[in-house]
Order: sequence, then structure tokens, then C-alpha cells
Amino acid sequence: MLRLDNISVNLGEFSLKDINLRVSEGSYLTILGLSGAGKTVLLEIIAGLLKPDSGDVWINETNITQMPVQKRKIGLVYQDLCLFPHKNVKSNIAYALKNRKMNRGEINKRIDELLEQTGISHLKNRYPDSLSGGEAQRVALARTLASNPEILLLDEPLASLDVKLKAELRSLLRKINETGKTVLHVTHDYTEAVTLSSQIAVIENGNLMQTGTPEEIFRNPKSEFVARLSGYKNLFPCKIDETTNEDIKKAVLKNNVEIFFTGNSHVKGQGFIVVPSEDIIISEKEISSSALNHFKGILKKSIIHGNSIDLIIDAGIDFSVTITHKSQKDLDLKPGKEVWLSFKASAIKFIKK
Amino acid sequence: MFRNWKIKILFIALGGFIVLFIVAPIIGVYLKTSFEDYGFTIADEQVRRSIGLTLYASMVGTVLFGIGAIPLAYILARKSFPLKGIVNGIIDLPVIIPHSAAGIALLGVISRNTLVGQAGESVGISFVGGIAGIVVAMAFVSIPFLINAARDGFASVPERLEKAALNLGASPLKVFFTISLPLAKKHIITGLTMMWARGLSEFGAVIIIAYHPMVTPVLIWERFASYGLQFARPIAAVYMAVCLIIFVAMRLLTRNTYNAKTR
Repeated sequence: MLRLDNISVNLGEFSLKDINLRVSEGSYLTILGLSGAGKTVLLEIIAGLLKPDSGDVWINETNITQMPVQKRKIGLVYQDLCLFPHKNVKSNIAYALKNRKMNRGEINKRIDELLEQTGISHLKNRYPDSLSGGEAQRVALARTLASNPEILLLDEPLASLDVKLKAELRSLLRKINETGKTVLHVTHDYTEAVTLSSQIAVIENGNLMQTGTPEEIFRNPKSEFVARLSGYKNLFPCKIDETTNEDIKKAVLKNNVEIFFTGNSHVKGQGFIVVPSEDIIISEKEISSSALNHFKGILKKSIIHGNSIDLIIDAGIDFSVTITHKSQKDLDLKPGKEVWLSFKASAIKFIKK
Repeated sequence: MFRNWKIKILFIALGGFIVLFIVAPIIGVYLKTSFEDYGFTIADEQVRRSIGLTLYASMVGTVLFGIGAIPLAYILARKSFPLKGIVNGIIDLPVIIPHSAAGIALLGVISRNTLVGQAGESVGISFVGGIAGIVVAMAFVSIPFLINAARDGFASVPERLEKAALNLGASPLKVFFTISLPLAKKHIITGLTMMWARGLSEFGAVIIIAYHPMVTPVLIWERFASYGLQFARPIAAVYMAVCLIIFVAMRLLTRNTYNAKTR
């Protein structure tokens, strides 16, 4: 298990404050955050390329904070890969193997295995400057795997790849994780985090905001930042004054828009109301249903996202509503059209500020 | 680049003048030297010995002092430490001070009554009037060329490549020899060539420390002072040709050396 205890570092441009994190053996943890949040710095600290101002890094029961880089069994793949430009693919991979004092026969055998595993056997004699982004990424992975790390750190490994390559590399990363390697993957892309990880840690401005399974993070975002990163679009600031213990609460938003939602006694004070855009029903006329929230609005615009369409509807405040192409056709939804929105009180989340 | 043809002509004229300024005197030397003179010069034992000595002494100086200069260049490119700016300035000192003054200054360190001089004598090396002194004088005036080129070379190697190598289990020393040094190779070879070439042309510092054995620049001056231009010019012509051939050859050999870059 990898453990970070109260890691802090201040580099001026980037800083980390009091980071505590546990990564269990064999898990796939994604550190999710915007660029500049200090994600790379965190990886460099774990790898030992940067010393923290305070705090400790542990592997199992060993404190490795002061251990030299080359003694730690932690492999780091930088975002810009850092392939050695004066060595071909084979020699890049051999570099790590030679450091492990293997004989020539073993080295060649292991190189072939790694090339095979990462699907780049045909690139063996090529030089880094002749490789495409996806190829270079695989070489970097193979090279780091060659050093046989217990923990694999990946800095935005999919950032510069197109959709097809992303899917291929995702499945490669999954396979690597399935061989038992612990993976720590840094990204700004929520979808990437959700599709790969068993655990997600959200980092904002050098602070660790929330950790949990993808499900937990998505169902229960603990901050506006996490909610936005998780893809929630209808986030409205509000203040809940009521101290009653009633099940149904009322939030008064901008332009006196009132939203009813369910919540316990902890729901009060400044915060955000989140209306998941998939949970909003659109109708041409007001419908009578069990939903407590009904609004009349005007369709401002529709944005196509592959299989779904996002509608922006002005009902005093702008709601984003996700519907299918079929619904759009059936209801003849065009900008300027008057429509009704309804959603259940139980679909609403409240996030405390 | 130039929209206006008048400016274009002006620039070409000025540039052409400068190129001519460099080339014309050199060509002049060759035009005024007869084939007969070349024959005598090449046959002259003293000339041949002096050219060999000069090439050798400068080479030894470059290699010996390069061993210390390259690590120093690495430190200057990678590490920050107090008074680094001053150290950088000190390295350029030999370029700035007059070379005869440099010779005088060196004499104060390596003459027979100094610690260094006596240490040399005890192992059979005499600096003053000896090859060792010539080596030291040449290295002193030419070492900034190597340090500056090597420093630029190391600085052009992305530090992350070194970090990646450490992460792959290499020791810092191994990283230096397998990553930093090969990627800065082109700059370093250029620096070594420049240092050697600068040593070959040194006159002022060498003549003060060792008039004999005679390096070629001193020999040219001696022939000029004792016998006149006619006797000095052929040696100059032959020596310049040797230097030029070496310089061009080094340029060609290092032309395709890898340029540091990362993807």
C-alpha cells in the first residue's frame, strides 16, 4: 500500500497542502484535477524527484520520503514522455533493464515481452522523433514497465491522443493494472477517470477535495468543483435558511425561482442546488405528476453531443436538459418554443459551500 | 526579408566587405608565396617539428583540462549556488585579459620557485621553457571556449530526461554519462575543437613561459624578426593550411551528431 501523510510543498507556481492519500495494492486510482492543480508535483514527490517541505511517503511499513529515486520501485511516465532521443525504441527499453543488472539474453527476452505486451514490436528499431503520439506513449509505458515498478505513475497518459487511440490505450492500461500493478493516473478528464479507476481523488488548487469510488464521487459530489468536474451542468447557488426538520425543503434561487427538494437537518446555509440534466422531463403542456417542480420556459438553443442533445431552457434561470434525438423530433423542439420542465424533489442534490 | 531593394544592396555590400576583410589577407599570403618556398618550408625540419609540437601541446591541454572543465560546465548549467554569477564571470577572464599579461600571471604560479613549479620539478616536469608550460599557457587562454560551449550544451538537455533516467533506476553518475553527456555531445565537441584551435593560435602567453621549444606562432615571429617577411610568410601559409584542414575536418565529422531534443 502507498500512503501519503500530510504532504505539503510550496513551489511558488504550484503548491500542495496537507495531502493524505491511501492507495491499496493493485488498485487503479485517478487523481482528477484541472491543469495547474499540482498533480504532476504530487507524482514527482511520490517518485522521489522532488522533496516535500513536510509530510511522509510510505510504501507498506517503510518510510521512503528520503529514499533516492533509483532505489524506489515506482515508475513515472511523464506527460511529455521523455523518451531518450539518442536511443532507439529497443535501447530506450533496455535502459531500464540494464539498471537491473540482467544479462544480455534476459534483457533481449524481456524487451520482446514488453514490446509484445504494449503492441509495438514493429517499432523496435525506430527512433523517438519518428514515432506518432500513440506509439511514443506505448514506448514510454514499455520502458517504465521494464524497470518493474510496484507502482506505476502516469501523468495525463491519454491527453494528446485521438478518440480511437485513447480507447486502445485505455484497454492497455486496464490490462497492465490487471497484472497486479498499482496504478496512479493523473488526469483532468472526468470520463477518463470514471472509465478506468477503482478510486478517484479530486484535487483543487493543491488541496485534496474528495476521494471515493467513481460512483461515490458522481452520486455525492462534496463541492461545486467536484460537481462541475463530474459533468453536472445545473448548479445554482442558494442559501437555505430553514431550520425545520421537514423532509421537503425549499431553495429560492435567482429571479425568485423556487425549487423543492428532499434533505435532512444538515441541509442549511450557503451552497449549491444541483439538478441532474438527465432527470428533467420536457413536455409541451403542463403535466400533472408526482414531481414537485414544474416550470414554464423558452427553449434558447440546442447543442448536439453525439447520441444526445443538450437543450438550454430559460425558465427564469437557465436549465440544461439532456434528451434524445427522438424526443427532439417528436416534440418538435426548436429555439423559441415554449415548453414545460418537471423534475422530482428527490432527484435534487444540495452541496454545502 | 528585405522589401526594399536599396536596403538589400546596402546589406549585401556591407556584408561582402566584412567577408572580404577576413578572406583577403589570408588569400594574399598564399598568392605571394611561391611553390619553391612551400617546398623549402615543408622540408624544413624545424618547421615540421614546431607544427607537430603545437598540435600536440594544444591537444594535451584540451584533453587534460577538459576532464575538469566538462563537469564544471555541467554544474554551471544545472545547479544554482551562491556567487554563481561571479564564477561565470571568472571563466571568461582569460578572454578579456591581454595574453602577454596572462603569461606573466601564469609565470607567478608555475615558475621554479613556486609550490607548483617545485612539485613539477620533483616529478621531472619543468613548466618554464618546457612543453608542460606551453600546455598550461594554451589551456589557460582557451578554456573559456570549452566551458561556455559545454555549459550551453548541458543547458539544452531537458532536465526531465535526466529525471526520467533516474526514475528508471540509473544512478546520478550513470545518468550523466548515458543521457546528459551524449545529448550535449555536439556542443562539447564544438567546444573542444574551439579550445584546441584557440590553443594552436596562442602566441602571447606561450612566448613568455616558453620561447623554446618553439611553437609555430613563436617560430613565425622569430623568422619575421630575424629574417623578414619573406621568410615568415611561407610558414604562416603552411600553418594556416594545417589549422584550416583540421578545423574543416572537425566540422564535417560532427555535422550529423545528434541534436538534443525531446518529444
